[in-house]
Amino acid sequence: MTDVTVDTGYTSPSISALDPEAVRRRVAQRRAAEWRFQAYGVAAITFGLLCVALLFTVIVAKGWPAFLQSTLKLEVAFDPAVIDPAGKRVTDDIMAADYQALAAAAIYKQLGIAPDDAVATALADGLLSTGADVDLRKLVLADPSIIGKTQSVYLLANGNVDAVLKGAIDRAVPEASRQIKDQQLAWVDQLVTGGRLSKAFNWGLFTRGASSQPETAGLGVAVIGSFFMMITVLLVAVPLGVAAAIYLEEFAAKNRWTDFVEVNISNLAAVPSIVFGLLGLAILINFVGLPRSASLVGGLVLALMTLPTVIIAARAAITAVPPSIRQAALGIGASKMQSIFHHVLPLAMPGILTGTIIGLAKALGETAPLLMIGMVAFVVDYPRTPLDPATALPVQIYMWSTAQERGFVERTSGATMVLLVFLLAMNLIAVILRRRFERKW
Amino acid sequence: MTRLLLSALILALGGAAYGLATDRARQLSGGKLSNLHSRLSYYGFFVALWTVLPALLLVIAWSIAEPMVMHSVVQSQLPADILTKSKAEVAMVDSSIGTIADGFQRLTPTELAAALASKTSLVDLLGSKGVALGTEPEAFQIAAAQQLNRWSDLSRYGITTIALGLAALGFVLSMFRLTGKLRARNAVEKIMLAGLVGASTVAILTTAGIVLSMLLETIHFFQKVPPQDFFLSTVWDPRFSAAGSTGTAGGQFGLLPLLWGTTYISLVALVVAVPIGLLAAIYMSEYASKRVRTVVKPMLELLAGIPTIVYGLFALISFGPFLRDAGAAIGVPVSASSVLTAGFVMGIMLIPFVSSLSDDVINAVPQTLRDGSLGLGATRSETIKQVVLPAALPGVIGAVLLAASRAIGETMIVVLAAGIAANITVNPLQPVTTMTVKIVSQLTGDLEFNSPQTLVAFALGLTLFTITLGLNIYALSVVRRFREHYE
Repeated sequence: MTDVTVDTGYTSPSISALDPEAVRRRVAQRRAAEWRFQAYGVAAITFGLLCVALLFTVIVAKGWPAFLQSTLKLEVAFDPAVIDPAGKRVTDDIMAADYQALAAAAIYKQLGIAPDDAVATALADGLLSTGADVDLRKLVLADPSIIGKTQSVYLLANGNVDAVLKGAIDRAVPEASRQIKDQQLAWVDQLVTGGRLSKAFNWGLFTRGASSQPETAGLGVAVIGSFFMMITVLLVAVPLGVAAAIYLEEFAAKNRWTDFVEVNISNLAAVPSIVFGLLGLAILINFVGLPRSASLVGGLVLALMTLPTVIIAARAAITAVPPSIRQAALGIGASKMQSIFHHVLPLAMPGILTGTIIGLAKALGETAPLLMIGMVAFVVDYPRTPLDPATALPVQIYMWSTAQERGFVERTSGATMVLLVFLLAMNLIAVILRRRFERKW
Repeated sequence: MTRLLLSALILALGGAAYGLATDRARQLSGGKLSNLHSRLSYYGFFVALWTVLPALLLVIAWSIAEPMVMHSVVQSQLPADILTKSKAEVAMVDSSIGTIADGFQRLTPTELAAALASKTSLVDLLGSKGVALGTEPEAFQIAAAQQLNRWSDLSRYGITTIALGLAALGFVLSMFRLTGKLRARNAVEKIMLAGLVGASTVAILTTAGIVLSMLLETIHFFQKVPPQDFFLSTVWDPRFSAAGSTGTAGGQFGLLPLLWGTTYISLVALVVAVPIGLLAAIYMSEYASKRVRTVVKPMLELLAGIPTIVYGLFALISFGPFLRDAGAAIGVPVSASSVLTAGFVMGIMLIPFVSSLSDDVINAVPQTLRDGSLGLGATRSETIKQVVLPAALPGVIGAVLLAASRAIGETMIVVLAAGIAANITVNPLQPVTTMTVKIVSQLTGDLEFNSPQTLVAFALGLTLFTITLGLNIYALSVVRRFREHYE
């Protein structure tokens, strides 16, 4: 027991006890103090909950428009003279054709502009996304037989048009300081009333790669990169972490060395994440010579960072298995190793899994170490192996948050929503696992 | 990829060895498994491990050593006048030889011989094979490239032969040892235990790796910039690292402004997080009913599960502009990225951290202390303020220190919300910058690796690591002592 002196604030009990009025006053004061103290607690909790609510509200309010994207429905004539003048249908020729011109021709026709009207065509070009050619090229490459035909195609509208449709551009601003001109606005209204321009669900947000234009920028590369990293973390951190936990919990003698290992693990859990990034840069990239921006390097760094979390969770799960299980196994002739791998570990598995998922969720949201190893990269193509350049979800959020274009603002929050959904799902799975397999001994 | 193939082959051999060994053991048992010391699978694993492990370890060891060996092979071929040039130039020659060697690999031997004899342009020839060379290689480069190819062929065939030989040897020897009396289980379990011990040392290796790698780079840095200029200077102005520049290139690397910014922002964060987190923890553990606890606690812990980049974004797009506009409304100039913005948002991030740590600490205080105090007539708040909290104080201090270490090492919030100007100012409405921000900004983008502008990041990292390590060790020992006190 500690020797704590209880001082309730009485100046002198003998005096106040004599005066009933003073006693009553004193009690009222103490009750008020009690009430105030509880109110502080409630206020603190309310503040915390308000912060949660505010955070989610802000992100969702700014982010939801990113899931809609303005698309133009245009009758595109796949003119053989533009796509394949040589008429040989060679892939190289088809790849090199000027598809933006096809899209432009379609929109001139739609708006009734003469193709030689330089001013009007320049303005009309501004309605189209500069990434429209990529989509058209994909269409043609997938099915070269459409060359020579005319088809309705959904094409991305320019980021500025998108901003108008979402109300992000104020039409009251004078034309000179507005990013979209009066003529363009008139066309936009005309296209909207004609049913040619509308907002559709933005699948591109999930499938496209990096782009300098907000409307053609997507999370595809980042999602794949994050996926590779999570697989690496799973393959590296979980076996190592569980093995280390088994050793420390079941075999390690209580000595200096074990103490040292334990202190090390708990300290590693509190090392700033950016330091792990420096470790990855110095050792994995500069010394071992792994490529920069590779998701394998990111995965290894995150695995080292997650390792302490997994070890701590696995140790807790292993200790929770009662000794009687071990004793029963040993009693019928199992070796210690058998008792652990055949009995203790399967019983501890739900706890280990829960800890692993929480560790993975932490790793998925981690940004700082990935900045160190070159994951801030402009990657357009999907990575095929963990050694290809890639980005990660939180890094993509970071890159978009520093981009200048207006359209990236909503995409940043939209990407954050995607990340938060992944994290919530993972945590939910962890909770469900715990509920389902939780066992009271 | 051939190395991967070889490893896969060895593993497949191990699988085959397992099958053969279990069959052999079954034979040995004469139909009665109780004649054996161990269960069948242990005999299988015994032989499989002897087959796989030595060969696989050799392949791994050689994969690590090979680049160094190849490097010295190339070096031995270089003329003396190249070796005396600067490090960067030698590295350039090195990599060009690697490219040429790679190009030669794509030619058939007759093509190569013909090309070398007829003095045709190698740039064109290799270019047609998809290997781009900048300039026509010199004679010594060609010689070195050929030597490199000879050696890497030798290495490839050599390692394959030796590894497979080792696997076979391990298989044969262990099969010979297979008798009914062999204590296969004990042997296999010894190897398993070695694996477990190995896994538990990874944490130590990681710490060692962190310290060593950062120490080496920091020593490099201090060779270019004297330590007193780093630790004592109040000016942070690293300039840009121009490619190929030598010497200190005129940058100034004063730690003090960054240290000040880090400390200031962390202080603001703690001022927000500690009272709120502590009060929330007290209410949760001392007042709240079980129902309120089960609902509210996970909701508060949501804050702990949100990635810090999201907090940074919140500060950047919402809280910073809000503070700036609020300041403008009352006529106080507030910078959109300021100490207050970063510190406050970081404080929100730390609330669940502080509250869950102090929750543990408060729950560790024995109930008898509370009962004693209540029995003497104290109200609950008096009990908490005068009995529980003083008893829990060491633990609470530990929690605060851990939170401080978190705040100091936090990166994304400050990267997005604190600004990049290295100011020493006491005005919380002005931007400051932190060590972590500078580590990020010095290391993203194209880097010239040996310039002080890049190396300073490692010096900052080591400083950060030392500070947080000190705080952590102290805090953890305080918390541990506190726990033991009441156990």
